[in-house]
Amino acid sequence: MALLEIRGLHVHYGAIHALQGIDLAVEKGQIVTLIGANGAGKSTTLRTISGLLRPSAGTLTFDGQSLTGKGPHQIVRLGVAHAPEGRGLFANFTVEENLEIGAYARKDHAGIARDREWALTLFPRLRERLRQSAATLSGGEQQMLAIARALLARPRLLLLDEPSLGLAPQVVQTIFQIVREINAAGTTILLVEQNARMALQTAHYGYVLEVGRIAQHAPAAVLAESDEVRRAYLGVG
Amino acid sequence: MSSTPHIAARAAPAAWTVLPRNVGPVVAGLGLALVLNFCVQPMSGAFATKVLLDIGINIILAVSLTLVNGFTGQFSIGHAGFMALGGYVGAAVMYYGSVQLYGGAQFHGGILSWTVSQGAFAGPTFGTGDVLFLVACVAAGLVAAVAGYIVGLPSLRLRGDYLAIVTLGFGEIVRVILQSSRPQLETAAEVAQASWPRLLTQLGGALGFTTPLFYTTLFWVYLFVAITLVVTYRIKRSSYGRAFLSIREDEVAAEAMGVSTTRFKVRAFVLAAFFAGVAGALYAHSIGGINAGELGFQKSFDVVIMVVLGGMGSISGSTVAAIILTILPEALRTVTAWVNQYLPAAYALPDLRMIIYSLALILMMILRPQGLFGLHEIWDLRPWRRRRAKATGGK
Ligand SMILES: Nc1ncnc2c1ncn2[C@@H]1O[C@H](COP(=O)(O)OP(=O)(O)OP(=O)(O)O)[C@@H](O)[C@H]1O
Ligand SMILES: [Mg+2]
Repeated sequence: MALLEIRGLHVHYGAIHALQGIDLAVEKGQIVTLIGANGAGKSTTLRTISGLLRPSAGTLTFDGQSLTGKGPHQIVRLGVAHAPEGRGLFANFTVEENLEIGAYARKDHAGIARDREWALTLFPRLRERLRQSAATLSGGEQQMLAIARALLARPRLLLLDEPSLGLAPQVVQTIFQIVREINAAGTTILLVEQNARMALQTAHYGYVLEVGRIAQHAPAAVLAESDEVRRAYLGVG
Repeated sequence: MSSTPHIAARAAPAAWTVLPRNVGPVVAGLGLALVLNFCVQPMSGAFATKVLLDIGINIILAVSLTLVNGFTGQFSIGHAGFMALGGYVGAAVMYYGSVQLYGGAQFHGGILSWTVSQGAFAGPTFGTGDVLFLVACVAAGLVAAVAGYIVGLPSLRLRGDYLAIVTLGFGEIVRVILQSSRPQLETAAEVAQASWPRLLTQLGGALGFTTPLFYTTLFWVYLFVAITLVVTYRIKRSSYGRAFLSIREDEVAAEAMGVSTTRFKVRAFVLAAFFAGVAGALYAHSIGGINAGELGFQKSFDVVIMVVLGGMGSISGSTVAAIILTILPEALRTVTAWVNQYLPAAYALPDLRMIIYSLALILMMILRPQGLFGLHEIWDLRPWRRRRAKATGGK
């Protein structure tokens, strides 16, 4: 059984039917990517998994446990961390304080200290800026902080929403390299991306979302070769 | 590796320091309260003492509202409602309690509860009245806290303007209910017959509750100021407290971090209401009674202004703002009198002080829209601190 299983998921924003029956599975240990155009419902999917939105129908199962009816603070404790779109940093907090609240749901101080070290090894720039407020970081540094903060929850499943948004190509490379490292260290990742090329190079498996429905899914390498994906998302053919 | 030891130390202070860290400041506050009471009060005269009492009470109100409006970023404009509730409960417990215990509303306190301007103190250092007064203050806080819970639980799911309107409505409801309570019981016989639940409905109605028991002294006020400051500051600087602050920063992200935002908003509301209730009890026993008519939304706004001017989240900021905004109207009284003596009687401006006061507020908000210290504390803004932050930040 997959670490995360979603069946027949429907989500509404008032009258807007944003997700119209989604089936999706994230295998343990993998990087799974969810690509799609603006407004396809990618962020909505992540928000529903982390409990920020309530589905109107469908089931979400994480590690055999149903997520239905659970609030975000309970879902974090089950091991799902969400680095939201637009980063959702606490702007007036220092980098240190942002990291600290990332571990809010945990009580194992030794483990927190270890993960903090790990996160700061992954993102050495953050170590130099621990006492700076998050608002004063550059866009790339803010993205690093958002990921690092999510890591401090010691997630078994990490939800990343457009980590490359608005970043220079070099920084994008760095971020994706680190995403691979995090995965290699044993964290399963569900990655939402506009940058389909990078996403499909990084992920093991991919889903294509089109206006609220899954249009295709296949191993990432296969998707990257598919004609529709090449035309619609990779800008070739 | 450039691991910075002072940061680690700040993140996780040793467990044994919990007691000194929390008790130390309260003891220091106790010392200050004693100094104010026994050294400053005798020299300062009745008027200055009154101003110092008002300052202390306003500090408690402003700092406690900072918990809600500053830390969690909600917007409550009903703080005076909790104060009024606490004031009535405190006054009723004290007054009816005294009548039941001593057969009449006479002073049975010790020297700590004695207002110097009433004459030389003759009596025991500690009296049973002191205990009763403390009980009255705590009861006032508890009743206000329960009210805070009842209002907070359903309404804190609301945001922004909606919550503001609900709290405003709450303040007005409290005022109307208190003003339509039954007359205050006067004679010992009546009080002796009545049960406590009944006594708590005999709150004086539109006339307010009057009490001859002036137990509030600089000592009590500044003791509670110290407790309020220490509690809020500990909250602000603890990782527990960061949960409150994270709600203001980004409520959705706070949820995603695992913070149960509704629960924390209710906690902030309850704690703030508790201190407002205590402030109400202190207020009632400093002026000899309480009248809900004086504690309408005007008073709530006064407190909100202190919080905004202080920086919406700065404890020292709202403290300084409370001091300034308590002294300013009094100081402007002198200015008004001075100006008016040069004006012909027909052109006198009796309300000049309120005009200047409002202009001063506008000016302060234009000059410092982020409040006195922004979200920071006054000691964070010391120039050497800034230099050090730069030095460590840029290495
Ligand atoms: N809070 C909201 N209220 C109403 N509609 C919303 C809300 N958030 C999203 N939507 C709508 O739901 C649909 C899916 O939005 P979503 O944010 O999930 O898209 P996305 O795939 O993440 O897009 P992008 O790549 O631009 O981030 C869109 O049509 C959007 O307009
Ligand atoms: Mg999105």
